[in-house]
Amino acid sequence: MTREKPKIAFYWCASCGGCEEAVVDLAEEILDVVATADIVFWPVALDFKRRDVEQMLDGSILATFLNGAIRTSEQEEMAKLLRRKSKLLVAFGSCSHLGGIPGLANLFTRESILQAVYFETPTTENPDCVLPGVPGKDGNGKLTLPYFSERVRALDQVVEVDYYLPGCPPLPRIITRAVATLLGEHLPEKGSVLAPDEALCTECPRKDSKPEKIALKSFKRPQEILIDETQCLLAQGLLCMGPATRAGCEAPCVLGNMPCTGCCGPPGRVRDQGAKALSAIASLVDSQDEQEIDAVLASIPDPVGTFYRYSLPASLLAHSRKV
Amino acid sequence: MPDVSSNLSQAVPLEAEQPAFEPRVVAFFCTWCTYMAADLAGTSRMKYAPNVRVIRVMCSGRIDPQFVLAAFANGADGVLIGGCHPGDCHYQEGNYNCLRRVRLLKRVIEELGIEEDRFRLEWISAAEGDRVRVVINDMVEKLRALGPLQMKKEVPLRPLSPEEHELQEVAV
Repeated sequence: MTREKPKIAFYWCASCGGCEEAVVDLAEEILDVVATADIVFWPVALDFKRRDVEQMLDGSILATFLNGAIRTSEQEEMAKLLRRKSKLLVAFGSCSHLGGIPGLANLFTRESILQAVYFETPTTENPDCVLPGVPGKDGNGKLTLPYFSERVRALDQVVEVDYYLPGCPPLPRIITRAVATLLGEHLPEKGSVLAPDEALCTECPRKDSKPEKIALKSFKRPQEILIDETQCLLAQGLLCMGPATRAGCEAPCVLGNMPCTGCCGPPGRVRDQGAKALSAIASLVDSQDEQEIDAVLASIPDPVGTFYRYSLPASLLAHSRKV
Repeated sequence: MPDVSSNLSQAVPLEAEQPAFEPRVVAFFCTWCTYMAADLAGTSRMKYAPNVRVIRVMCSGRIDPQFVLAAFANGADGVLIGGCHPGDCHYQEGNYNCLRRVRLLKRVIEELGIEEDRFRLEWISAAEGDRVRVVINDMVEKLRALGPLQMKKEVPLRPLSPEEHELQEVAV
């Protein structure tokens, strides 16, 4: 009798589909994964249903890779179900890890989002006033969309998470390395982020061009300047999140001549990525005068969206009045 | 042995009485200037609001924005930073770096719904004990007017109540 292969599962919650694409991007390497493990649940590619998962024994899946943030009641239920069925639950990608870009919706109230999305957008026609969580009026009246909760949450704000795979989306090399680690004998410490624990600057192809001291009279957006392809992007005035972002991706954005936006989250010793990025960026301002400092900082049009682009739900102020 | 039980019972507030709101302020003071000034205020027996918990740091430039956010996240109603006057920093640039970070951090926390008056930066030299008194009293008074900083509790997932359902229909 052959030994049974370990089972793995993929699932998506509030996400864009990019993380699924990242798995597909493994290309022929996915065959190596299939050779060592059975994929028992993957709604985007395989026709297994929720009831199939419900019928599995608790803990019978070795690892579930769950991408996307948690916003609706359905997502929360699926996260809890998969948590129960899996030995290891891996938060896959920025949204699941820290809340991600959907997490910026926490700057708005639930009511204003529903109002805009279900009634106000010009392309929306909703005469029956269908809303999440409200039993539908049409047809037999039994159809109810999942409840839309107050806030977007990261996966570990809903269930216990064993490991985190950072990135928007995680790069193939990070995924294959992580899968190999999880199938191997020596598991890393629970709660680990499966990527190097240092700042992106350490592996940036332009790190040698970073000056000892950077002093800026204004910050630039990528479309405003002709970007030098060899020089440190921060030194050119671009808002590069590299100093406050975890390494491991090998800086593909910088290789594409674009600044890092911070998708891999903070390195281990940083609790709040946005605050740390803000700290690094603000100290580059070349002025000692309050008014002039404000004028320089005014060239950062959206500080929250810039520094907390992927991590607002996981931030220290995630429970402030607005977030 | 003196009987302390009657004193004790006086000290315990009656349960029915709602204790008045007392703002909690976390203050980060640089050891060279503002902390010295606070010390001076103390040795000069100046009286000021007892709502401040002072944390001494080597330089205002050492104050990581995470410290400020952590203070708010853990129950502070206000955060006060005290450093040396411009040009007086023991480490030359530290207070300017603090100023740069505070100016940007202010924009962020205000966007996240925390009022302007809850976060304050003051330059107070070692000789300005009275300034410590004035600043703390003023800040505590403003916080008293603002009321407690309420962090949103996690709202459990739940279906809409009939009233909310109706409200949404009215909104339509």
